[in-house]
Amino acid sequence: MTTAPAGPGLKPATMAEALRRALRDAMADDPAVHVLGEDVGTLGGVFRITDGLAKEFGEDRCVDTPLAEAGIMGTAVGMAMYGLRPVVEMQFDAFAYPAFEQLVSHVSRMRNRTRGALPMPLTVRVPYGGGIGGVEHHSDSSEAYYAATPGLHVVTPATVADAYGLLRAAIASDDPVVFLEPKRLYWSKAAWDPERPDEVPGIGRAVVRRRGTSATLITYGPALPVCMEAAEAAVDEGWDLEVVDLRSLVPFDEETVCASVRRTGRAVVVHEAPGFGGPGGEVAARVTERCFHHLEAPVLRVTGFDIPYPPPMLEKHHLPGVDRVLDAVARLQWESDWTERTPGTAAATDDESGAR
Amino acid sequence: MTVLEQPGPYRPAPPPAWQPRTDPAPLLPDAEPLRLLGTPAAAGLDPALLLELHGQLVRGRRYNAQATALTRQGRLAVYPSSTGQEACQVAAGLVLQQQDWLFPSYRDTLAAVVRGLDPVQALTLLRGDWHTGYDPAEHRVAPLCTPLATQLPHAVGLAHAARLKGDDVVALALVGDGGTSEGDFHEALNFAAVWRAPVVFLVQNNGFAISVPLAKQTAAPSLAHKAVGYGMPGRLVDGNDAAAVHHVLTDALRCARSGGGPTLVEAVTYRLDAHTNADDATRYRGDAEVEAWRAHDPVTLLERELTGRGLLTEDVIRAARDAAERMAADLRERMNQDPVLDPMELFAHVYAEQTAQLRAQAAQLRAELTAAGELPGAPEGGPQEGRQR
Repeated sequence: MTTAPAGPGLKPATMAEALRRALRDAMADDPAVHVLGEDVGTLGGVFRITDGLAKEFGEDRCVDTPLAEAGIMGTAVGMAMYGLRPVVEMQFDAFAYPAFEQLVSHVSRMRNRTRGALPMPLTVRVPYGGGIGGVEHHSDSSEAYYAATPGLHVVTPATVADAYGLLRAAIASDDPVVFLEPKRLYWSKAAWDPERPDEVPGIGRAVVRRRGTSATLITYGPALPVCMEAAEAAVDEGWDLEVVDLRSLVPFDEETVCASVRRTGRAVVVHEAPGFGGPGGEVAARVTERCFHHLEAPVLRVTGFDIPYPPPMLEKHHLPGVDRVLDAVARLQWESDWTERTPGTAAATDDESGAR
Repeated sequence: MTVLEQPGPYRPAPPPAWQPRTDPAPLLPDAEPLRLLGTPAAAGLDPALLLELHGQLVRGRRYNAQATALTRQGRLAVYPSSTGQEACQVAAGLVLQQQDWLFPSYRDTLAAVVRGLDPVQALTLLRGDWHTGYDPAEHRVAPLCTPLATQLPHAVGLAHAARLKGDDVVALALVGDGGTSEGDFHEALNFAAVWRAPVVFLVQNNGFAISVPLAKQTAAPSLAHKAVGYGMPGRLVDGNDAAAVHHVLTDALRCARSGGGPTLVEAVTYRLDAHTNADDATRYRGDAEVEAWRAHDPVTLLERELTGRGLLTEDVIRAARDAAERMAADLRERMNQDPVLDPMELFAHVYAEQTAQLRAQAAQLRAELTAAGELPGAPEGGPQEGRQR
């Protein structure tokens, strides 16, 4: 994930560079694409994702707005009503909340409200998640709020190639896309050619990042590298783990996820967001509904605790790590395969299969 | 302990003297709301305009009465009446050019009707068969907005986008006195002023936010004064004087159209009816207050002016009344027909392409409806459920 094998024509690129290139190429290809946000112009964004855009395309196309997230989102709605394709930047996950009413009451509903007359081809970029030592309000995993809002697509890349491909797809989408950027992966690197970016599956498609036979880790965004590392470490324990990267929470690719779980018979959902009411519960429910007879063990979750995001000196205790993932894998009832279980035995009845 | 050497008193260079970035004086509203009807200035008003305003006011008053009656008959789920505010509604509907956009709130269906919308389409939200009954892009009337003031930034964004494209488009956004307390009001006016967006904000100050009077809403000298803080002109107008509202809005639109930026207009008016049919206004205001405003009714004010100028002939009165009754009869007849509902449309417009989950849910509802015999002849996976992913 974070190392970059140099191939022919390939140079190591960061996720931040891929995102910047996606914005740049989208603006070059379509004059309707406008970038709005706080500090996105002269400064190039606090994470420099919009660096150079105002210079190349002018300050009307990459706009330093007043410091007001609802105003940014609300004016973007009006711009989309007039046929533009706004890409708004919310500076940090927790700074996006003032824009929530515009997002929920208007962005997500406008197409439905108007029977398709006013689509909202609007992309909302949100740097999200922890692990960067940020102080309060800089590390939230806010995806559950967005995923629970019908009318929005919710997408999050975990690789450099996806950062480019999914952002291009989000901007090209005629529906609003909340594009969650895992900020601790901004500086992750991979071999990537900006002149010929890899083609990646579109929005709504999950991808198997590692083939395995023992159990499936279902994850997305900042937790993907954790799961990949856990899968490598699990080899020593005798487990061959499959890793599915959801990439898109809405639409949710049930087919890819369920096909994997049916192959392995065991699953753990891993994300940073708090577990209660988080996407992991929905994934576990759907997997259980559709793969019940293939399951050897309850679907477990490894998530952030149900606490306000911790101060930076304590966040390591909160974030799902390799050990916590492996602990969950160890609780997947390896001692008694379904085929060997006898109804009524202890292993087949109630067991405290809590997520953590 | 170290004692720092003190070379002398610290004397930084004085900072440059502070200057306001904009001269606030020309932005300030007049002390009194502008009135034209019944004043010497009314002599200069075009008789044709006055007669058009009159016909629309009479029709508008009848529209409000008919919609209220339809609510009592169960044909509308709810109706927030603009009775008493027709001068603002009519002026807002008349001043725009064809390419301009109107951004109404839920109380502004009359303005949309005056702009040319079919009343049945305008009332779709309030009947409840869909959220928006018209194509906003076709009529350049944004969807009726229910969350207060949230439509204002949309107007700013649309006007700004039009100017970026080089189009001659102005947006007129309507809001009430209560809505000026919302954060979106502040953000919209601030963005509009910073971007010099071609947008006009019309605050219909009708005295109440449901039950809460203006005194509990703001300590500002007037709502129009709020404009000064954003660096845009504030204008105060008698909101029951249709000619004055028309005049002030026309000026503000001309300013916006010529690159002069936004204007905030406060029209002082009064909501003669309760907030909606579900509201009991006697709990928060007395009859004496309402009667005082009835004496300053927009229809009365204009008819007095027309009478004084010998324009209010029997023919004019009859023509206005007949047109209003025709509109009401047509509205009554069409609203008394049950709307055609397609439950499967619930899934048709959520996304451009339906998700697998929505396809499954649509199939479930279709099966339920088919089993109940409520879905005669609907084709399996028909086009009403949208394209498939």
